[in-house]
Amino acid sequence: MAELNTDDGGGGKKKHGKRRAKKSSTRIDMTPMVDLGFLLLTFFILTTTFNKPQAMEISMPVKDDNLKLEDANKVPAEHTFNMLLTKNNVVYWYFGMADPNLGALPALNKTSYSKDGLRKVLITENNKRHNLYAQIEAWKKEVEEGKLNKDEYKTKVKEYREKFKISTLVVLIKPDKDAKYKNIVDALDEMAICNVGTYALLESTPVEDQMIANANTYVK
Amino acid sequence: MPKNSPSIDMTPMVDLAFLLVTFFMLISQFRAEEAAVIDMPSSVSDLKIPDKDLMMVLVDKEDKVYFNITGQETRTKVLEKMGEKYSIVFNDKQKKEFSNMASFGVPMKSLSAYLNANSTERKKMQEKSEGIPTDTTGVCELCDWVYNGRILAPRFRVAIKGDQTTSYPKIRRVMDILQDKKINRFNLITNMEVGPGE
Repeated sequence: MAELNTDDGGGGKKKHGKRRAKKSSTRIDMTPMVDLGFLLLTFFILTTTFNKPQAMEISMPVKDDNLKLEDANKVPAEHTFNMLLTKNNVVYWYFGMADPNLGALPALNKTSYSKDGLRKVLITENNKRHNLYAQIEAWKKEVEEGKLNKDEYKTKVKEYREKFKISTLVVLIKPDKDAKYKNIVDALDEMAICNVGTYALLESTPVEDQMIANANTYVK
Repeated sequence: MPKNSPSIDMTPMVDLAFLLVTFFMLISQFRAEEAAVIDMPSSVSDLKIPDKDLMMVLVDKEDKVYFNITGQETRTKVLEKMGEKYSIVFNDKQKKEFSNMASFGVPMKSLSAYLNANSTERKKMQEKSEGIPTDTTGVCELCDWVYNGRILAPRFRVAIKGDQTTSYPKIRRVMDILQDKKINRFNLITNMEVGPGE
């Protein structure tokens, strides 16, 4: 390819004739290089993963064996929303407590994880109490429009939640043994979407398991 | 030969190609192949999971449990600790192999053989294996992995990566193990979902 022109060494300013002879092009055929370039390009495009996985953070209560039952259950029954997650992507929900000693067991309502299922129920129930959902949504909108900054928004929501703590919805998510991991993530997701401030991930009680079994037979 | 040669100057094209190659080389990161195939559920959460300083428990659709922790040094140390506990001596080659691996899901007794095997054999072993034992009554190897990971890397974020169809009791068991080790705050790894729609 590249040739050294040693002719000039003599200093002789020989004529054009010599230069003309060297006119053979110095250009190289770039096509294989392009091929190589695109081959590598394809390889890197295919091996790159763009979408990083997301994560939802969940904080579980500290396990304390000394915690007594009377310390728990301080939430008024009419605000306690129990969600029983079970097989076939079905959710049953009821208010209050399922304890045979406290009288008749509450009736189960059946719903799904869709937009018109669980979310509708949660938003309706939320709205029946303090209009937490609507207010928080309004603030969210203000943040988007730039009227409110993120920190202000957070403090506002926090104060608001504190203020109405006892009269807002408390959701207990209770998957049974047939529930899938997806169901739990979906349920937790609904908590975020519906602005439910207080929720907990618990295990279903034997009474509730029985209720689910009954419901699977009777509720259509 | 016609006077106007049909060949075009390829130089700008080469420039472009190599520019893009450089770009993709710089942004892509290679990671070791995961032992588990996991189809994660999606959520609206937009919290990004970091690539480093992470301890992860994976549960696949057959409820097999896998473990992963980032950082070569940490991995080697964790393996040494586990070796001490289960009286298994790992040689340097195995330690190196382990530090370069991603997640794994074999019990301690077959870990040594797993580390010696090549990648095809490993896949087979992984398929046959029951995953890391999480028994409540018998041996809970996952408890020890999590414990040692926690001791050696206390600042690491803890995450659970489960498959959509993983059964709840298994996830609960993993959560309980984490809680027993005083890890009350952890992440559930999910895929991104577009908007709060269905």
